[in-house]
Amino acid sequence: MTQRLVVIGNGMAGARTVEEILARNGDFTVTMFGDEPYGNYNRIMLSNLLAGVETEEGIFLNDLAWYQENGITLNAGVKVERIDAQAKVVHDSTGVATPYDKLIIATGSYSWTPPMKGVHHPKRGYHQGVFAFRTLDDTRGMIRYARDHERAVVIGGGLLGLEAARGLQNHVSHVTLLHAMGHLMERQLDPKAGQMLQASVEGKLGIEVITNAMTTEILGKDRVTGVKLKDGTVIECDVVVIAAGIRPNTEMVANSGLPVERGIVVDDQMRVEGHPDIYSVGECAQHRGNLYGLVAPLWDQAKVLADHITGRNPDAAYHGSKLSTKLKVAGIDVASMGLIAPESDDDEVIVYNEPKKGVYKQLIIREDVLVGAVLVGDNSKAASLIQHFDRGTALPEERAELIFDIGGPAGEVSPAEMADDAQVCNCNGVSKGAICGAVSAGCKTVGGVMDKTRAGKGCGTCKPLVQRIVEWANGGAAEEDPAASWYVPGVPMPKPELMEAIRRYELKSVSAVFDKLVPGGEHDAKSKMGLASLLKMMWADQYIDERDARFINDRVHGNIQKDGTFSVVPQMKGGVTTPAELKRIAEVAEKYRVPMVKLTGGQRIDLLGVPKEQLPAMWADLDMPSGYAYAKSFRTVKTCVGSDFCRFGVGDSTALGIAIEERYQGLEGPGKMKLAVTGCPRNCAEAYVKDLGVVAIDGGKWEIYVGGAAGAHIRKGDLLTTVGSADEVIRLTGRFLQYYRENANWLERTYAFVPRIGIDRIREIVVDDADGIAAALDAAVDEAVQAYKDPWKERAEPVTPGQFRTSLPLTVLPQVPVRA
Amino acid sequence: MKTLTPTVLGPLSDIPPGEGRTYAVDGEMIAVFRLRDGSLRAVSAVCPHKGGPLADGQIDNSIVVCPLHLFAWDLATGCSQSGQAPINVYPVREDEGQILLGE
Repeated sequence: MTQRLVVIGNGMAGARTVEEILARNGDFTVTMFGDEPYGNYNRIMLSNLLAGVETEEGIFLNDLAWYQENGITLNAGVKVERIDAQAKVVHDSTGVATPYDKLIIATGSYSWTPPMKGVHHPKRGYHQGVFAFRTLDDTRGMIRYARDHERAVVIGGGLLGLEAARGLQNHVSHVTLLHAMGHLMERQLDPKAGQMLQASVEGKLGIEVITNAMTTEILGKDRVTGVKLKDGTVIECDVVVIAAGIRPNTEMVANSGLPVERGIVVDDQMRVEGHPDIYSVGECAQHRGNLYGLVAPLWDQAKVLADHITGRNPDAAYHGSKLSTKLKVAGIDVASMGLIAPESDDDEVIVYNEPKKGVYKQLIIREDVLVGAVLVGDNSKAASLIQHFDRGTALPEERAELIFDIGGPAGEVSPAEMADDAQVCNCNGVSKGAICGAVSAGCKTVGGVMDKTRAGKGCGTCKPLVQRIVEWANGGAAEEDPAASWYVPGVPMPKPELMEAIRRYELKSVSAVFDKLVPGGEHDAKSKMGLASLLKMMWADQYIDERDARFINDRVHGNIQKDGTFSVVPQMKGGVTTPAELKRIAEVAEKYRVPMVKLTGGQRIDLLGVPKEQLPAMWADLDMPSGYAYAKSFRTVKTCVGSDFCRFGVGDSTALGIAIEERYQGLEGPGKMKLAVTGCPRNCAEAYVKDLGVVAIDGGKWEIYVGGAAGAHIRKGDLLTTVGSADEVIRLTGRFLQYYRENANWLERTYAFVPRIGIDRIREIVVDDADGIAAALDAAVDEAVQAYKDPWKERAEPVTPGQFRTSLPLTVLPQVPVRA
Repeated sequence: MKTLTPTVLGPLSDIPPGEGRTYAVDGEMIAVFRLRDGSLRAVSAVCPHKGGPLADGQIDNSIVVCPLHLFAWDLATGCSQSGQAPINVYPVREDEGQILLGE
């Protein structure tokens, strides 16, 4: 039955919550009340409006048409005066009583004015020339007034005050920022960082900053002439902006008899304590004793509320948010999360300070977990720090990697500085403008924008930049993509849950997974390949192989090329071949008029440009096994000549490479696996930059490196361990690969997987067997190895009708006559 | 939908469930897909982006993904999901075990 939903508050929290409810097809007739006579706008962007870099239209999130389209009754400019929770009715300022079945209170905050003499005019509210900085009307008034005046004072050196000061510079010639505390942004920054910020604000922006400045009086009779500080100092000015903080708007709610402490007291479902049909979200809500004034927690709350109220997930619960901010304060990069000072002697504090450049970074680490960070002047590592902070993930041993890009790509550019036509994705040729266009067309998540524009869908190296541009275009933060943690986009589960469900229901085919685990049983083309790989890994020979779940490469065992032809790469273990094999390859290449014969980076011979229908015959003529140049699988083991002929070789890398390739050939995984064995540390086979690389060192020992890469990303592998025999190398190789297969995300290569888990942790599991799963990993990989079949044997009998029938070009297709 | 003279393309069993095959009809290349829900779809066989063979693409019950650059098109309407040009769609159905293209 359709219920009546009333929402008090039409700000970011209220409107956002309604959006989330609509997105879940909640069955409600919605009535909203907003103090301000507008649709819903992005309050965070008011500073941009003040600074003149954004227009009024540009800051609206939902205009009035949105309310109409969604059948929402909006009472804009109407204040709710009382809630009668007993009668389930709200009374508003026009004398109307509106009944509700469910009520959401999202009244937000108001701008707090510290006690000062002369701030209020007895007749006009604020003294002429004095402004708060909270609403669109405040901002409009400030711009109108400041235009004709010269000197502004901003009271409050927090984020909002800094933004106001920066914006006012656009309209007046001189701005002074007064802050009552000892340093700027004292809630987010430690004293050193605050001072660094102050130096930048003064030096780079030309804003005068006075700290420990308690304003006691606004001077001037009819209009403002200055402010007076506690120590008697008088600062002349003709505009005053108060940005000294916000307080939750709860008076009406408290007067209505609902539980209000610092904010409106809510439980984990955002229900107001003792009132099962009344909810509260946003800055006015107090959850587990905390109030939140940032956007990210508000979004989390809105989702939980919407899940709960629509019955989509009645058990959805909000557990509070870890607060982190990453922003440009008045044009200067600042990021802050968690603690701003160490709390005990055991807390590890890492500080980097470069005053001349205005760069300051501080990390606080407790028991190997990041518990606090402050960055000023350089936000390039903020995203990864926030991730470590939020998730408590393992930190690199080399702490410096946390605050610097060591050997990585050059410093990050800021989206604001980029030209509109600057190319962001170099694989798919996507510009910054195209990304911003997708965002303004309504695509608010990083994943959504990537799907829409294909930015970041090539080699993937530009993904962090795409993310920053989407965040910037969204006004600070991209919406969280619920699918980001899913293993594949079409099944709403992260990998461990998905594997658990697959095991529980014994789902052995891709279509069985869709039917059982996707609400509505919707199949998803883009998820098939990932699921096929996962199921094959989990069930080995019990896997039900539906050929349509495979990518074309895996259906015809060759890599599709730009013209729709395929490539044939015979196996050449360890890069070793014989004159007889070479002759055979040459004859086949001639016989089939292969347009190009090419050596691959993995030491094999590539016959390029082969039409699909010729593949089986060529495989038969070659009579060699598949070299796996196409699948998300174990690819090749590159080797150097090792001890056979090399003057320096200390280990037989060729023999070991062949042995590894023989054992693990064709092993499928979440990403491709490229290996190498090199006979001495001169590294001719480039083993340091492979998914798994083995290096012979003197004394008959072998080093094993994992997580290396020399493709789109470049990374030297981490030393897993050093062993004394080739057998041990082979055993640990299988164990590591199996651990990767079971735990990596779809398409997550080892260069991302190894740092995510941490090399120490991987060593514990794979080498030391700290978790006691080594035997299980060994057994699982052994089972997979046993199930191996050379796919090129399919040449004799196609598995599906028309498996090798061409899709191009026209001439060789079966022609179907057309009846007249 | 483009109109075509009704044409029998061959037995339904020529196309495995969830896959597509290409047919040349009257000088046009047409990819016919057999969806896992049992129904058939027919679209132009050549990706308008860079000429990829759409019949080699992966499908679900609504879209086809080109194997070359993974752009996606709606199988029922031919509309691109990623800002590319649309593809032609053709009426197609099963008739006594045969694939029948056209009205």
